[in-house]
Formats: sequence, structure tokens, C-alpha cells
Amino acid sequence: MTGERRIRILIAKPGLDGHDRGAKVVARALRDAGMEVIYTGIRQTPEMIVEAALQEDVNAIGLSILSGAHMDLFPKIMAGLKEKGMDDVVVFAGGIFPADDLSALKEMGIQAVFRPGTTTQEIIDSIKANLS
Amino acid sequence: MKAVDGVRAGDIRALARLITMVENQAPEAGEALRLLHSYTGKAHTIGITGAPGVGKSTLVDQLAREFRHRSKTVGIIAVDPSSPFTKGAILGDRVRMQDLCQDRGVFIRSMASRGAWGGLAETTADVITALDAFGKDIILVETVGAGQDEVEVAKTAQTILVATIPGTGDDIQAMKAGILEIAHIYVVNKADKEGADLVAAELEHYVSPIVEDGWQVPVVKTVAIENRGIAALAESIENHRLYLETTGKMAGTMEEKARHQVLAIAQRELMGKLLKIGANNGQMDS
Ligand SMILES: Nc1nc2c(ncn2[C@@H]2O[C@H](COP(=O)(O)OP(=O)(O)OP(=O)(O)O)[C@@H](O)[C@H]2O)c(=O)[nH]1
Ligand SMILES: [Mg+2]
Repeated sequence: MTGERRIRILIAKPGLDGHDRGAKVVARALRDAGMEVIYTGIRQTPEMIVEAALQEDVNAIGLSILSGAHMDLFPKIMAGLKEKGMDDVVVFAGGIFPADDLSALKEMGIQAVFRPGTTTQEIIDSIKANLS
Repeated sequence: MKAVDGVRAGDIRALARLITMVENQAPEAGEALRLLHSYTGKAHTIGITGAPGVGKSTLVDQLAREFRHRSKTVGIIAVDPSSPFTKGAILGDRVRMQDLCQDRGVFIRSMASRGAWGGLAETTADVITALDAFGKDIILVETVGAGQDEVEVAKTAQTILVATIPGTGDDIQAMKAGILEIAHIYVVNKADKEGADLVAAELEHYVSPIVEDGWQVPVVKTVAIENRGIAALAESIENHRLYLETTGKMAGTMEEKARHQVLAIAQRELMGKLLKIGANNGQMDS
């Protein structure tokens, strides 16, 4: 028991769309892969996500978004994390993203982007690779 | 110790990281806790237990707001179960505490039970110590809520709320005696539903002959989602604190808790050393 480390990961849904089925599927898959998943629910502002990540001291954050507002919301989240000294937190995103945005997302510091069709196993493998 | 200095300086990131260290039972955790102990003793720790879905998180959310109105700072620990197979967990209590995130006077931490029984994680008492040393006035602890005998919280918190709801057939005959006995306050939540008066009356009937050491266990009806009955509940909690203080029991419970905790930490450290020695001699699989 002593000195055990666990992956703690925040799954959050920024923005106004109210569908969290995908986020919940991912949350369960990550739990089944042995991670501790903090689930915060829908309609999160960037400030709420940053604050939750700070308090929960997570290693990674998964952002699920379908509304198309990622180019507006993600930079705010990344800036908030930086401001709190949490640049080392691995951030990935799942949802619908136009191919044109992918390089901008990379540039922002989003480590991996999962578009529709990605398997949960691919997500798990990617997170584990990014955290090792 | 740097981690401890950060916590004492009110640095939230330092607090969050120290909690992780404590939760992982890292080698430095024992030393950090010993240092933090000298700054504790100010917080009032309130445990909230009850079956799944009775509204524990919603009650915690509303109580936190109520105490903030009363100018108290609040720490929240919400425990959820770990899977015994994968060790993973989904910690979902924050969903009911969304708006508290905006308030710098509130710190919320989700904890996985990590195999411990009794409704808490093994290190929940240590996380309480960290929040107390950080300076929180009120610490709210939500137990797993597996509907089992979650009596561990009785050793860890000073005031215990046992929450129930009407209309589940989960009346007091069916409630585990252990859970009923640890309550300082009964909460009948979802009082907007039919049968709340009946459950409340049954509980009143159960407690009325029992006045233990001058504390009469009150039964408080709430509708947590509508913030009804919450002020009365906070008042009962406050009364219990006053009762503990005037009877000198507060000091007693703290001493008891500290002893409990020091022992647990020592045990863990010893265990760690033994495992290491065993591994070095090649006598034990690591
Ligand atoms: N009608 C009614 N519903 C309520 C009340 N309080 C909470 N709820 C609802 O009950 C459900 C469960 O509430 P939670 O606060 O998550 O319950 P919990 O005990 O923390 O649940 P677990 O942590 O899963 O054991 C939610 O859908 C709440 O909105 C209430 O006073 N009246
Ligand atoms: Mg809950």
C-alpha cells in the first residue's frame, strides 16, 4: 500500500452542449483501466475546469466538446492552467473538430485529439504514453 | 518542510499536492503530518453518511453555501468507492457542487476509497488534518454511501449526520443499527416527497428515549435541491458544536482522533519498512 501512485484524471465538458454520453463512456473506460476519474458534469466554464484541476491535483484533463466552441474555450483553459503553474498537466480533447483546427490545438498544448471513431483503448494507451 | 510551508501560507496548489502525497502514503507524508498537527484543532469536522442517492452531495453543497454565508471557510472531502478489481474509480460528487468552484473560500477534494472499508479511505483523517492546518473552519466529509455500516466516519468527524429519505422502504427498521447509533443529527432529505413526515416521526420515536450525555438527537427535514431546511440543519450542527465544547467533549474527541491517527501512520511506516527489509533480503516478493 505504501507509496502507491495512481493516475488521477479530470473529465470535463466545457461549453453549453448538454450531451455527456461520450464523456461518461470515456470516464468508465478510464476507470476500468485503473485510473481515478473525477467527473464534473456538463456546462463547465474554463475557470471551473481549472479550479477543479487545481484542487484535485490531477495528472491529466480530458475535455469533451461537441458544440464547436473549442477555439474559444480551450485557449482560456490552457491559459488558466499556465497561470496556476499547472503546465505539466497533460490535456487531451475528444469530440468534433474540423481538420483545419488540429494544428492550432497542438500548438495550444493539447497533447492528443480524439475524433469520432477513436476506440477507448486508443484513448487509454495515449494517456498512459503521455504520462510515462 | 516546503510542502508544509506552502500549506501554511495558504497556497492552494501546495495544499492539493500535499493531499496527493498523503493519499499516496508517500515516504514524506508522515513527517508532513507531524508538522501539520501543531496547526490543527480549529476546524469543526462534520461527517455525512447515508445510502446511495439520498442527497449527500446536494446537502454538502447547500451546507457549504450556508456556512459561507456565516463567514466560515469550508473544506469538502467526498469519498467514492474504488473498484476492487481494477482499483479505478469514478469520483462524481463534484457534479452536485458545481457553483462552489467559483468561491475561493471553498476547497473540494474527491477521494477514492482505495480498498478501505467503512465508508472512508484509509487516509481521509490525514486529509482532514491538512485542511484543518490550512485554516478551514468547517470540514464536510461525504462518505461512500454504499449503504453498509459506514461507522468509520464516527472516529474521524466530530458531528455525524445520517441522511435518509422517504419512500424507499428504507425505514428505520431496515436501517442498519450501527448507522443509526453513530448519528448526532438525523436528516430526512427529499422532504418534498410523500412520506417524509412518517419517516421523521419514526426517527423521532426511535431517538426520543435516548438522551445521551445531554445531547438529544434532532431530526431535521430538508429539501436539499430547493435549499429548504438547510439553515435549520446548520443551526443543529452549530448546537452540536456548542454542546461538544461546553461539555469538554470537543477536546476529548480531538485527542482520541489524534491518537488513532498517529497509530495508523506509525503502523503504515513500520509496514513499509518491514516490506523493504523483506525485499532486500529477498525473503518476500515485492
Ligand atoms: N426530490 C428531491 N431530490 C433531491 C433532493 N436532494 C437531492 N435530490 C436529488 O437526488 C439525486 C441524488 O443526489 P446526490 O446529492 O447526488 O446524492 P448522494 O447521496 O450524494 O449520491 P451518491 O454519492 O451517489 O451516494 C440527485 O438527482 C438530486 O438532484 C431533494 O431534497 N428532493
Ligand atoms: Mg454523492
